[in-house]
Amino acid sequence: MNLHEYQGKSILKKFGVAVPLGFVAESPEKARELAKEIMDETGMGKFAVKAQIHAGGRGKGGGVKIAKTLDEVQEYAGQILGMQLVTPQTGPEGKKVRKILIEQNIFYPGESEPEEYYMSILLNRDKGRNMIMYSPRGGMNIEQVAEETPEQIFTEVIDPKVGLQAFQCRKLAFNLGLSGEAFKNMVKFVNALYKAYVGSDASLFEINPVMKTSDHKIYAADAKVVVDNNALYRHPDIEEMRDVYEEDPIEVEASRYDLSYVKLDGNVGCMVNGAGLAMATMDIIKLSGANPANFLDVGGTASAKRVEEAFRIIMKDSNVEAILVNIFGGIVRCDLVAQGVVDAYHNIGEINVPIIVRLQGTNAVEGKELIDKSGLKVHSAILLEDAARLVAEVL
Amino acid sequence: MSVLVNKNSKVVVQGFTGKEGTFHASQMIEYGTHIIGGVTPGKGGQSHLGLPVFNTVADSVKEAAANVSVIFVPPAFASDAIMEAADAGIGVIICITEGIPTADMIRVKEYLTDKDCRLVGPNCPGVITPDEAKVGIMPGFIHKKGSIGIVSRSGTLTYEAVEQLTKIGLGQTTALGIGGDPIIGTQTRDAVELFMNDPETKGIVMIGEIGGNMEADAAYWIRDHGTKPVVSFIAGATAPKGRTMGHAGAIIGGKSDTAEAKKAILRECGIHVVDSPADIGKKMKEVLG
Repeated sequence: MNLHEYQGKSILKKFGVAVPLGFVAESPEKARELAKEIMDETGMGKFAVKAQIHAGGRGKGGGVKIAKTLDEVQEYAGQILGMQLVTPQTGPEGKKVRKILIEQNIFYPGESEPEEYYMSILLNRDKGRNMIMYSPRGGMNIEQVAEETPEQIFTEVIDPKVGLQAFQCRKLAFNLGLSGEAFKNMVKFVNALYKAYVGSDASLFEINPVMKTSDHKIYAADAKVVVDNNALYRHPDIEEMRDVYEEDPIEVEASRYDLSYVKLDGNVGCMVNGAGLAMATMDIIKLSGANPANFLDVGGTASAKRVEEAFRIIMKDSNVEAILVNIFGGIVRCDLVAQGVVDAYHNIGEINVPIIVRLQGTNAVEGKELIDKSGLKVHSAILLEDAARLVAEVL
Repeated sequence: MSVLVNKNSKVVVQGFTGKEGTFHASQMIEYGTHIIGGVTPGKGGQSHLGLPVFNTVADSVKEAAANVSVIFVPPAFASDAIMEAADAGIGVIICITEGIPTADMIRVKEYLTDKDCRLVGPNCPGVITPDEAKVGIMPGFIHKKGSIGIVSRSGTLTYEAVEQLTKIGLGQTTALGIGGDPIIGTQTRDAVELFMNDPETKGIVMIGEIGGNMEADAAYWIRDHGTKPVVSFIAGATAPKGRTMGHAGAIIGGKSDTAEAKKAILRECGIHVVDSPADIGKKMKEVLG
């Protein structure tokens, strides 16, 4: 599950990671009020105004601004709130900004130059262990750094038996070129950050940039936090942070029925049991010359009812010009799935796109018969290659 | 011959008396798998499906000589169940459970490093050696004893490959579902090695998907040590970046995670890659001549 920056930072703060003083606001007036509070507490009159959406590159789209006065805070807040923010990660339609984060500005002048670093924590799948990935080149796209200067990316793999060790934190701080007060603060920062990662069952922390201020403090200036969905049951407080506005409305509805659905931008909808077969079915649609409109796994217990719900979900996407149902019956009986297709046809009413149903496995022949005899405009198949051919034919 | 499970496997079911455990245990018994009983803590001494229930896996080893375990325990308790089986000396542990937190699996992996056992899964359909033992949730009837070993990260996509191989007359030595999670026990390369060393296996079907380096890792091993033809399909050529496609491990993070990148490496290593999953059986027949 993805979190907003302000939510991620609230988790970091709980575990003792230094974050800039900040508050979240939903109106320009409130933003000004909160900025005043920050000013009173820090004695500083510059602020960052940051759009809260689930996408990176917000600054590029005008979603992050530095305000030099309270008036400017209110003005920028007014511009950013409600805007349709387009960034390299949102797609051309952008995302509506509903909340902004007002923070103390940590780029203030002082005895040393402020510096930006990159730091992330994630699973190293090859080793089955967590690792910290970091670079002295912060504030930019890490994939670009990896391409241009791979020697500037460092990793530190953590042994689960003993956890993150002090020598690893020191190594990291040295590799970032730190000394003195900043060195000590970085060691503390990394320690707390790893505690926060483990303590929140996260699957990704990306802190870009980690800031060294002119007076040697270390802050998480940004925070991308993704939490392991499978572990949410033990973090009810984090589960509550889910923001359905950030998800595709059809995906939200599908999740209500426990259907695993991902919206794509093609024209052939599909309904499959099993994630691997669902991906393979999308690939087949592509090979037939069309494009998949979605990923949809109806799961191991595809009853007639679930099949009907899945049809309703797929039909909500107006780009769908045909639907391919691909079920391999194991525990699932194909005749029951076929019944679900027939029921869906009658209950939903206006399905006016061609449907191809491919049933294989348990009771596949009975299922195909049921469909063939129903008199509906449904093409049935048993072999996968026949289903692929039918997709190409109907379009 | 076969790999991991056969007619001598004595299988204990962990989570035996639960809904899933009960249903699949009866299916496995019906198939002819030698199930010696199951474990449900607190219900030891009772009988279920006509078989004994034990309090601990250790009891099932001591009293019924269990050597294979299959786990249907809910996700919150599944990592504990795996470690219990390893501690009891079970040689092959097959975990069906889907949805185990990654942090739990990091601990399990660490725990297993000095144990003499092999974990298959989690989040997998299990392992079947046709006519000998079905240890998992796959439909038994589509399988046929034969000469092809299958390793796959997916459930129903494995069934698809099995069906094609059965129809074309090749059949299977063993079909091994290794699971769709980011951290799993037996990896693609381990399974390929097992099949390369199995004299009955004449060819190997390797089914992969987006995410991780397992297929590439197996491919390099095959290039250097392979002695049998390998046919492969990688699912997810049309999957978008950064989205989890059903399986927790099926996500494109960087360039090497994509189906295209994996296929390119596999082809370089001499593996017969098919672009359509409908061609797996045909391709195998063709390369075996």
